Amino acid sequence: MLHIVNKSPYQTRNLESCLRLAKAGSAILLIEDGVYAATRDNIAAAGIKAAIGSVSVYALSPDVEARGVNNLLLDGVKLVDYGGFVDLVAEHANTQSWL
Amino acid sequence: MTESTGGIEVEEETAGRVKKFMFVNRKAPYGTIYALEGLEVVLISAAFDQDVSLAFVDDGVYELVKGQATKGIDVKNFSPTYRALEGYDIEKLYVDAESLKARGLTEENLIVPVEVLSNEEMADLMAGQDVVISF
Repeated sequence: MLHIVNKSPYQTRNLESCLRLAKAGSAILLIEDGVYAATRDNIAAAGIKAAIGSVSVYALSPDVEARGVNNLLLDGVKLVDYGGFVDLVAEHANTQSWL
Repeated sequence: MTESTGGIEVEEETAGRVKKFMFVNRKAPYGTIYALEGLEVVLISAAFDQDVSLAFVDDGVYELVKGQATKGIDVKNFSPTYRALEGYDIEKLYVDAESLKARGLTEENLIVPVEVLSNEEMADLMAGQDVVISF
């Protein structure tokens, strides 16, 4: 299953709920303001770090670049472009968007 | 054989298979339009004879709280509709235990009978769907 999070971890608790209900082996894609959760020392970093290993964590590179946080990314977060976004959706049986 | 549906070709076999649809409700009822719109879509989905389930997570659990009285805010109280879902053969209502607990609620506070699920149970159920639609 692919989980998509598009809100900043400072604005909502969507990412926390996502991490709580994402099974091992699933993927989490951070897009839009969700990419702030993929940065070092952010409020959600501990949760993301704990999840990496059992869950694959991706961030959408155009959103990361737009926000200037390329150099702040947590180790283990994989960057994907729009084509990679499409591939992730196609590779997984279903998708939950944590709007 | 295929049939034409507005430019999209649907194979009959695919069109005939019952799919598992889960509607995930995560918003409180009156602050935004999500909850009401989600309920409308659930009712529409009933017409398609699919395997429909509803999940209530985070503030979505507030949609089911008993005793809503909206006269003072001049908005329709749609909470009784959840009780009518049974009449549309929508009987699978699942509530996230942690979300209930975090809000000081129990099953007693809810307007309909539901199944309360642990994190693991909810995660399994969600992952097993053909289609997940979020509100």
